[in-house]
Amino acid sequence: MLRRLVHCALCWTLSMAGVAGLYILAGAEFLGLAQLIVYVGAVAILIVFAILLTQRRELLSIERLTAGSWVTGVAVAGLVAGCLWIGLAYTRGLGGAGGASGGPALETRELGELLMGRYVVAFEVAGLVLTVALIGAVILALPFEQPREASGRRADRPAAGEGWDARRQGGQGA
Amino acid sequence: MNMEGILALTGWGGLRWVGPVELFERGPVWLRDWAVGWLPEGAKVWAEGLIPAVAVLAVFGLLFGLATVAERKLLGRIQNRPGPNRVGPYGWLQFAADGVKMLTKEDVVPRSADRVLHFLAPIVMLAPVALSLAVIPYGRDLVAADPRCGLLFFFAVGSAAEVAAFMAGWSSRNKYSLLGAMRAIAQMISYELPLVLSALTVVMMAGSLSLVEIVEAQSGYWWGVIPRWHVMTPWGLAGLLLFMAAAAAASNRAPFDLPEGESEIIGGFMTEYSGFKYAIFFMGEYFGMFAVSGLAVTLFLGGWQAPLAVLEAAPSYGWFFLKLGVMIAWFIWVRGTLPRLRVDHLLNFGWKYLLPLGALNLLVAMVWRGLGGWAFPGAGAVRWLACLAMIGLPAILWGRLLMRSRGWGPRVYRYAS
Amino acid sequence: MITAHHYLAVAAMLFGIGLAGALTRRNSILVLMSIELMLNAANLNLVAFGRQAGWEQGSQAALWVMCAIAIAAAESGVGLALILAIYRHRRSAHLDESPPLKG
Repeated sequence: MLRRLVHCALCWTLSMAGVAGLYILAGAEFLGLAQLIVYVGAVAILIVFAILLTQRRELLSIERLTAGSWVTGVAVAGLVAGCLWIGLAYTRGLGGAGGASGGPALETRELGELLMGRYVVAFEVAGLVLTVALIGAVILALPFEQPREASGRRADRPAAGEGWDARRQGGQGA
Repeated sequence: MNMEGILALTGWGGLRWVGPVELFERGPVWLRDWAVGWLPEGAKVWAEGLIPAVAVLAVFGLLFGLATVAERKLLGRIQNRPGPNRVGPYGWLQFAADGVKMLTKEDVVPRSADRVLHFLAPIVMLAPVALSLAVIPYGRDLVAADPRCGLLFFFAVGSAAEVAAFMAGWSSRNKYSLLGAMRAIAQMISYELPLVLSALTVVMMAGSLSLVEIVEAQSGYWWGVIPRWHVMTPWGLAGLLLFMAAAAAASNRAPFDLPEGESEIIGGFMTEYSGFKYAIFFMGEYFGMFAVSGLAVTLFLGGWQAPLAVLEAAPSYGWFFLKLGVMIAWFIWVRGTLPRLRVDHLLNFGWKYLLPLGALNLLVAMVWRGLGGWAFPGAGAVRWLACLAMIGLPAILWGRLLMRSRGWGPRVYRYAS
Repeated sequence: MITAHHYLAVAAMLFGIGLAGALTRRNSILVLMSIELMLNAANLNLVAFGRQAGWEQGSQAALWVMCAIAIAAAESGVGLALILAIYRHRRSAHLDESPPLKG
């Protein structure tokens, strides 16, 4: 079992890349590559950064599960996955093929025309959500200023005696 | 041209008289067809994928060796010293000696390192970069793979380099490694945006994500003289400059080589690597430089197209590699000329200067297309100058403003006053 | 021969793994990763049905996958920023041992 969070994050990245491979196999090349860019290039990096920035040494490994939570969690998840699986097993008429096995592939141009034509509102809303999320994330992650006497000397700011370096940083702003 | 031709095997079984022009132009393709023809039916599919891959790796492997020597010689010339000149004629075989040295060195792994990740990191660095070389068209019909989303593929596989840098930095258990990895990732993410934005301008104007079609969109000449390369338009010129600035940062080249700044953090995420693993990192870095240079040539400099109609007799891949050589020389020259940036300068430059200009360039490209309908005499020149002013004036003014107000200008060194 | 069944089976497994992770883990980053797994299972279903319909008819599925990827990216960005902010707040206020969202 993997006990290190960073290993978990890297394996998660690998599984995201695997999902991207499944998209490409299904003939949706554009989606697979977009998935790669978003998950491997951005979200995975965010996650490992978050791990390094937030977890202290004793938290870098994953906690062992208690027997109760282990059983409950796996039972519920197994139940849900089993229900999905049973539903799937009784479904007929899903024999069609596409993509790599000979069927038609997703045309990027067609997807672009849909995004810019009939579904332009969805596209714009997605862009708006991303912008809001960007601004929100920046504001949330900004270090909030706190009174000096309450926090004492902050570790990331040099003491008064350290001279020109502190002045230079202060002068340029954050 | 076929007047004084020579006998050539055009593919499997085809034997006819061809001229030297056609021989050089089509030669690689015929060679591939001929080699594939020997194989049994089941192996042909594999061979058709494998032969271009081996060819690309062999050519770029050799180019990697030559580029390291050329870089050292050119840097030596810039710094008024001879550079390597002992091994082989004029020192051009230096890379072979270096390779032997790298291979025979001991492979040291720190005792507390994460062995698996430490081993995997160089592979994760090199493999995607080698993959991204597959979609670049090197000549007419000379492309290893032409997916419909070639440009997207290039950037998608390139994003694995960030994960590789993190793996190398984290697994080494060395604070300099981790600092270097942090710097590398911050830099790659920040500069991917202007890189993609300037590439996006080309996609918008060429109307395709396939690199082969982007090159074909740049064929032909204005008035029979000026090639219709994208760099000949104002947005293309600005796009090329933005692209090259961002590319130097994305491939960790000087003056943006903070992730491995030797004088600051030893060797960045490569600190704890030695021997062959270090050589693979080094190779990955150079391959990355070749890949972005090749992409710049493809997007802006007309790919394998000849600069003049008369010169089309030379083989197309020759033109591509000539342009690639110019790009590599540009990288080396910049490395020899400019000092390294500071981290905050680097990030500010990417986010507050390159990114807005990249977005503005997209607008300029739209205006360029919109003004295409003008028909009065001298319309072309007016359109050209108007668009150039639209991107050039903001670039200068915004740069000056930032320099003045934010103090990004020439650095004043105060040594522990 | 790969059919939509296979895609849906993989998606069901992915969803189950994600659900198990989200239910059993207490580490906020792991929970976030598990939620992303479940989102991807849903996307995989959409892709499977888009392929089943043939992509000429099924390109709307691709559209929703695009939107879902964008929303997932926004979600993970904000989520990780939140985790960062909470962590910073707790450390600076020396409330390491007690949950911050009480009272």
